Amino acid sequence: MHAHDRPRTLYQKVWDDHVVSTYQDGTQLIYVDRHLVQEVSSPQAFVGLDAAGRDLHRPEAHMAVADHAVPTTERTATLREGLAASQVARLSTNAARHHIPYVPMTDRRHGIVHVIGPELGFTLPGAVLVCGDSHTCTHGAFGAVAFGIGASECECVFATQVLRQSRQKSMRIRLEGVCPEGVQVKDVILAVIARIGVGGGVGHAMEFAGSAVRAMTMEQRMTLCNMAVEAGSRIGLVAPDETTFAYLKGRPLAPTDTEWDAAVANWRELASDSDAVFDQEFEIDVSSLSPFITWGTTPEESAPISGRVPDPAAIDDPRVRRRVERSLRYMALEPNTPLSGIAIDRVFIGSCTNGRIEDLRSAAAVVAGRKVHPRVQAMVVPGSASVRLQAEAEGLDRIFSEAGFDWRHSGCSMCVGMNDDRLLEGERCASTSNRNFEGRQGRGGRTHLMSPAMAAAAAVSGHLADVRDLWPEGTK
Amino acid sequence: MKPLDKIQSIAAYLDEDAVDTDIIFPARFLLLMDKKGLGGHAFHERRRVKKGETPFILDRPPFDTAEILVAGKDFGTGSSREQAVWALADLGLRCIIAETFGEIFYANCFKNGVLPIRLDADTLARVRQAAGREEEIVVDLPSQTIVLTGDETISYDVDAYRKEALLLGLDEIAVILRDSGKDIKAFEEGQSRRAPWLRLGPDKWKVFDDLEKEQFIE
Repeated sequence: MHAHDRPRTLYQKVWDDHVVSTYQDGTQLIYVDRHLVQEVSSPQAFVGLDAAGRDLHRPEAHMAVADHAVPTTERTATLREGLAASQVARLSTNAARHHIPYVPMTDRRHGIVHVIGPELGFTLPGAVLVCGDSHTCTHGAFGAVAFGIGASECECVFATQVLRQSRQKSMRIRLEGVCPEGVQVKDVILAVIARIGVGGGVGHAMEFAGSAVRAMTMEQRMTLCNMAVEAGSRIGLVAPDETTFAYLKGRPLAPTDTEWDAAVANWRELASDSDAVFDQEFEIDVSSLSPFITWGTTPEESAPISGRVPDPAAIDDPRVRRRVERSLRYMALEPNTPLSGIAIDRVFIGSCTNGRIEDLRSAAAVVAGRKVHPRVQAMVVPGSASVRLQAEAEGLDRIFSEAGFDWRHSGCSMCVGMNDDRLLEGERCASTSNRNFEGRQGRGGRTHLMSPAMAAAAAVSGHLADVRDLWPEGTK
Repeated sequence: MKPLDKIQSIAAYLDEDAVDTDIIFPARFLLLMDKKGLGGHAFHERRRVKKGETPFILDRPPFDTAEILVAGKDFGTGSSREQAVWALADLGLRCIIAETFGEIFYANCFKNGVLPIRLDADTLARVRQAAGREEEIVVDLPSQTIVLTGDETISYDVDAYRKEALLLGLDEIAVILRDSGKDIKAFEEGQSRRAPWLRLGPDKWKVFDDLEKEQFIE
């Protein structure tokens, strides 16, 4: 039935393992093993389900948690009224009605869906995992086929546990070499997006491979896969290996005993065959990279920190020139201004991109012994309660607090600006999040994307700055 | 879902690339939980104009009644929020023509009676010119053609099953439940043997028995 003797990519293997049926036009029904449910994309799906009088096909395949709209200042009794409160309450009620496991805001396991899925072992290699959130590609770091869907598709998964889909093409990004000091995975993925563009990966599952990827921790692989969608790919992937297994072993929802052994044996077979054919391939030598920073309003509008704001007058293509002019107008930047030195008002360290323990460690290493610039308001929002507790056990919270950072509770916070954490009109922010779109962090707010270490450097400098000038000995 | 067959309308246009879903539907309005009435928030920031300035294209006649929107490259990139499509549909838009789309946005359109059409840059430019001349454009789904005044006919691609779903206004979930229930069950039985660790069951969730219960007043 399946042409399994032909060499296949990681994506194709996981896909083939989940085909329920094939239609005449070639599209297929794909089985969904796991569904993460959050407050923003689920209310309308539940309304649809109720209107049609349908039940969930399999309640235990879902896990619900509110992350987008929750406050990060306090964890108790603050969410009693208003739109955000109603939305969180609705999720909790819907989950209870449909017997979906629900992680409350006050629980030690709370956090951003894309941070707690892996932490709890909900995310596994070889699984098909979906969520009504575009950054679901994060889970591909484990060798899962994980992708974001709309609310209508969430409703379909609730009712049927399948989705009708076309198989994507395959793309491989080879990352070779070792990152120089001061260069982090965020810089690598920004460089990838700059290379292929925000639409470069459309229609493709994007596999990251190469020596640099093999050497990465799971946290780093998650940062990498998280931003595949900013390059147009709904799906990012990394082949599971010993690093993956070591991370997952013992997680609450991970398999145990003989089932664990059988699972690992299966997961070892998932890597792309050596002779598998990719529709597109790119290679980047990460040892040639320097810290990246966005200057515009799409994630591809970026440059090394040593660079300057582009000059539209020097751009021949009128369409590109118009686009750059528009971005610079919104960002209030003058052509040819050196990037390093642009004054900032706010710093945000957190999000499903860079809100994990290693991100906080690298930022803290830069901040240690320094103070947040008096003009700057800076905050750290751990990606989960567990990250927060770990950071506190390591004393990172004290480093941040003593430097003048706000130390917050977990949530999406100022990455999406749906709670009270927002930029004011005209404010400029150094942010470790994933989108620098117009108004993303608040109406009229201006976002520069960068790594956690670079955001820390900006916080203590009061302006965009090259972290390599502040780099502490012996940190990664 | 309302069936979609043929659209005959002038077209509004946006001369801008990379119009992401945050521009189409800013995040702060995602707190609204009703699908209906979201059109008022579509392109919220773009529609904020000072006295004397030209209103946003979807607010000024004759384009305020357009059922077709002609955009640029990378339309609807970014977030998966289906609110972006609900808001556009609420404004009366039923067809969006662009060079390329964000993938999730593209898929979401079909679930809501909105037809997204991809055209190469040159062809798109001709449609854009017709839009600028305020000419009526005919988008026909059965024949997969766009007809411009002067009888130029442009053909476009659309997946067969998505086309059918739009034409018939199909309830996809009902179709799957009707036709594929047995296949799903058979798959699940096979997977239980082949890869049992992928099948989370009530026993696994026992580790969550200590979850606190939140009390909210809605």
